[in-house]
Amino acid sequence: MTVTTDNIIPVAARTVRDEMIAFGIMTVLLLIVPFTGIYPFFVMQALCFALLACAFNLLIGYGGLLSFGHAMFLGTAGYVSGHALKVWGLPPELGIVVGTLAAAGLAVITGLIAIRRQGIYFAMITLALSQLLYFIYLQTPFTHGEDGIQGIPQGYMFGFLNLSNPTVLYYVVLAGFLLGFLLIFRTINSPFGEVLKSIRENEPRAISLGYKTDHYKLLAFILSGTLAGFAGALKVFVAQNASLTDVHWTMSGEIVLMTLVGGLGTIFGPVVGAFVIIAMEQYLAGFGQWVTVIQGVVFVICVLAFRRGIVGEVAHFFRLSL
Amino acid sequence: MQALYAQLLVGLINGSFYALLSLGLAVIFGMLNIINFAHGALYMMGAFCAYFLLNLANIGYWPALIIAPVAVGIFGMILERTLLRWLTGLDHLYGLLLTFGLALIIQGIFQNYFGSSGLPYSIPDALKGGANLGFMYLPIYRGWVVVFSLVVCLLTWYLIERTRLGAYLRAATENPTLVRAFGINVPRMITLTYGLGVGLAALAGVLSAPINQVRPQMGADLIIVVFAVVVIGGMGSIMGSIITGFALGVIEGLTKYFYPEASNTVVFVLMVLVLLVKPTGLTGRAN
Repeated sequence: MTVTTDNIIPVAARTVRDEMIAFGIMTVLLLIVPFTGIYPFFVMQALCFALLACAFNLLIGYGGLLSFGHAMFLGTAGYVSGHALKVWGLPPELGIVVGTLAAAGLAVITGLIAIRRQGIYFAMITLALSQLLYFIYLQTPFTHGEDGIQGIPQGYMFGFLNLSNPTVLYYVVLAGFLLGFLLIFRTINSPFGEVLKSIRENEPRAISLGYKTDHYKLLAFILSGTLAGFAGALKVFVAQNASLTDVHWTMSGEIVLMTLVGGLGTIFGPVVGAFVIIAMEQYLAGFGQWVTVIQGVVFVICVLAFRRGIVGEVAHFFRLSL
Repeated sequence: MQALYAQLLVGLINGSFYALLSLGLAVIFGMLNIINFAHGALYMMGAFCAYFLLNLANIGYWPALIIAPVAVGIFGMILERTLLRWLTGLDHLYGLLLTFGLALIIQGIFQNYFGSSGLPYSIPDALKGGANLGFMYLPIYRGWVVVFSLVVCLLTWYLIERTRLGAYLRAATENPTLVRAFGINVPRMITLTYGLGVGLAALAGVLSAPINQVRPQMGADLIIVVFAVVVIGGMGSIMGSIITGFALGVIEGLTKYFYPEASNTVVFVLMVLVLLVKPTGLTGRAN
């Protein structure tokens, strides 16, 4: 034990210092957004996707599990929250809780199935499961099929925060994002996170050390799915609709792309990646279908020449750990 | 009963496509350790290739059945040489991500020029019409697709399991370094294997063109079902892929008759059941 501690302590201390500074800078930048004249809707949307990508990154970057079906949590939470707000008339805070819990339940079920295989099979299984869910949502009445749930009311959170005011909504979404981000940050730097990393590096050895790796992987999957669902529930207030687009495999692909561009296995990479991809989609909206082609090209370039991603490259160049 | 037989036939046809595609995926995975996400896009390119041959060069179905798989196969080999080769030694997942990007590019380009609607491709004259079998009416083209796919699948099985070339291929799958030491050009075999797998996908595309119309998105949803087929069957055995492909097509066809609401989802549900009972897949080896 002493040997391991000696090796880890200096690195760990450094890690947390760099990360805390970066976290402070990010928080300040995000706090002043409403005063800068930047379109708040864009930032809110990007924040939801950033949290989603961070949740996805927890699995791939720290657990080595590539989920190609994370859109199912986004979509499920969106539909359930939307339905709860619009049809049941629940207040916003309960709507978020219900949607997040639905995603958590889904993560338990799909996690138990998907963690039975690893690597490439895991990716194919999660993709197939999300496609299964896509067809279910296409047919069940409460999702309204191709139309989706439209005109979801924003309401008053805790009875006094008027979410139809863009500035109030912005700070609520930001608070939700920071909450989720800190939870992931804490998880990665916890003993649980260390075990997860050891499973990624060498699963047979982790098993031989007595860790029940399946339990760790399942727990990571549930945590990731729940947080992805939380992001989906927040997104309902921004977009005010829940539709099939959010459950489609192209959305799962976009989540992968955001994380890859920002940097797999870096803490801030998914956030940067989400902002870059959402901005790219906004600016290129006029090009129609070419956006798909450009996304494909970005995928190819990232995999061939840029595997560390933006944050990974910066961290590598300045020898920081971000 | 007529409707049941008709759905069974549709099931067999879909099963032929599942078998051809999962066979190609298994062969590619064996050699390159890559799950080829672009397989659906290349299947679509096969169908478009046949469409172009007919409309631009007036070359009919029969030559297209050979030209399209060869052309798309060569395109695949170029992709392997220029892009996939750089992934040697990296985590398998990068192969999945790279080929996913390729699929987006290929599908996006075709969608730009041809939109989402289907382009017609007519059945060749020799296979038009149908035969009355007494218990059902069999459109000849559909019967042809099933029989021809089965023959191609069995030929591929024979090539890999029973010939000298196949023996090299299987040996190189197990231990490429040792096979290279015997003076066999393994990188060239990898390229050819990718070409073969891609060619099978393109062939399936040509076969499906007269049935399903030619659409840029025709491969996108199909590939996800084929992934489920691959998870169910496991990629350990060639014959396993063929049998699983046809069997799942038939099961899907039966579901369309007995409980149409579940016809889209039945393959995925079966995948879940197989994972719960036998996680390695029906023919998969432990590992």
